[in-house]
Amino acid sequence: MDDQIKISVKSANFFYGSQQALHEVNISIRRCFVTALIGPSGCGKSTFLRALNRMNDLIPGTRLEGRVELDGQDVYSSSMDVIQLRRRVGMIFQRSNPFPMSIYENVAYGPRVNGLMKNRAELDVTVEKTLRSAALWDEVKDRLARSAMSLSGGQQQRLCIARALAVEPEVLLMDEPASALDPISTAKVEELIYELKRTYTIVIVTHNMQQAARVSDETGFFLNGRLVEFAETKKLFTAPAKRETEDYITGRFG
Amino acid sequence: MKGNSRIGAENGVGKMESAPSRHADNTAADDPATEGQTPFSRPLFPPQSAVRNRIDRLGELFISAVAFVVIAIIFLIFIYVAREAAPLAWRTIDGISIWSPLQTPYTWQPVGGVPKFNILPLIVGTLKVTLIAMLLATPLALAAALYTAEFAPPSLREWIKPAVEVLAGIPSVVIGFFVLIVLASWLQDAFGFQFRLNALSAGIGLAFAVIPLIYTVSEDALTSVPKLYREASLALGASKPQTAVRVVLPAASPGIFAALVLGFGRAIGETMIVLLASGNASMLSLSPFVPVRTLSATIASELGEVVFGGGHYRVLFLIGVVLFLITSLLNWIGARYNRRLRQRLSGAA
Repeated sequence: MDDQIKISVKSANFFYGSQQALHEVNISIRRCFVTALIGPSGCGKSTFLRALNRMNDLIPGTRLEGRVELDGQDVYSSSMDVIQLRRRVGMIFQRSNPFPMSIYENVAYGPRVNGLMKNRAELDVTVEKTLRSAALWDEVKDRLARSAMSLSGGQQQRLCIARALAVEPEVLLMDEPASALDPISTAKVEELIYELKRTYTIVIVTHNMQQAARVSDETGFFLNGRLVEFAETKKLFTAPAKRETEDYITGRFG
Repeated sequence: MKGNSRIGAENGVGKMESAPSRHADNTAADDPATEGQTPFSRPLFPPQSAVRNRIDRLGELFISAVAFVVIAIIFLIFIYVAREAAPLAWRTIDGISIWSPLQTPYTWQPVGGVPKFNILPLIVGTLKVTLIAMLLATPLALAAALYTAEFAPPSLREWIKPAVEVLAGIPSVVIGFFVLIVLASWLQDAFGFQFRLNALSAGIGLAFAVIPLIYTVSEDALTSVPKLYREASLALGASKPQTAVRVVLPAASPGIFAALVLGFGRAIGETMIVLLASGNASMLSLSPFVPVRTLSATIASELGEVVFGGGHYRVLFLIGVVLFLITSLLNWIGARYNRRLRQRLSGAA
């Protein structure tokens, strides 16, 4: 097993009922890399992302064939504890979805349900630490008890990132985290991704090719449920190996 | 509605002028600068005929009228009830004044040598039965709602919801009769109560009536919590029960509060079940094992036998006013909290 590889997917096929959404996907996601997944709507990139922490399990009638490995461990084996898996593989959603609770409680939620903290003081430290890593602390430190709904869209999304970081995951899956944000908030989130890459392995699905080019180390291009090309970001955007990739990144379709 | 009719009116004008231009029925005709200049000055919506327009307005008028009539009926009922009670406010009738319901002794005994009209036993009785019903119904209804909203497989959910809603359709007289004939005897056999019919038996009957209401309203509140919250919680490594109790339930709490308030209002106003199952004797006591008489059951059982326009008659209407105000207030609070739930979940709060 390669030490550099965090997640390894081998000939994955995914089905919604009888409809096949992923065809023979093979990919190796490297540790402490930002891996971007691009492709037109409905190409399977979000489905693929949600297969990595088994969020698709929540949709009845779905199944995955093939193998998804996290540090060499089979994610879909019966011995895998899904709760433990999701703690290790955190997720940020397209629409920011803070809970209708206070800012503090949002961040403290993960550590609480996972029983990670022994006392309030420890929790306070974690909340501050994660809010700092999400570059939100200075903006909210005086109103931790206020409702998370009082934050702006960009702040809400960074709060969701802090919430995900609070359980100390190893991998962060981001499903178009900036698609609903204004350019300034987007820049902040991208900056944050750049910072987080030091500690975390990040997989980001995005519609925005410039964003993929800016933040990622490696990029995968999905089309019709197949992984068409997977390469170093620079190479994929400047010298794509496949015709479809070139057509897509030059804006011929999608 | 208004916008459409305005466009329609303009169209009419355009037609009357019978302008030869192809823009005759165009709203952009308002603006001479753009007329005929670009192909975009074609109307966005096809012009409406005057007939169609009139039908729309008639429909609107009819719906408004029906809504107004319903509101008027409710209002008039209250006026009527209040009017029947009102004379007590300025004169004493058959030795009864507006203060009689507050005078000692604390006894409701309208028929007797010296009639006594203190309503405290009725109020205590009503609250006692209602409280028992709520204590029984709340945990059951909420647990059922949480189960169907969060845990039940979809096939089972489609079966449970209608079943509970059918329970809401059982006439209260049937529930009351069941308690009177069957359940009260079982309870007495099991616990050896001195009185077969008592506040507890009435409270249990009342709980049957209230459970579907609390269940339905709180289940709606729980299912209206966005899937996004559940996903976020599960993605953090929370289990399904943790998600249900720590995220979904708090998020839905205004709606659940509304469900409880509406249930309380229903229980306080409910008449037939308590009339049949409570023993219907006004005894001032805090024990749940003695017979009680409620405000509503008092009206139901006595109004048929009082002298029309007499003091007793007026006092019963006064009770009606009190009940009306309590239930209206509770319904208002319930609606308010349901609104708050929607605001909260849409992110406005």
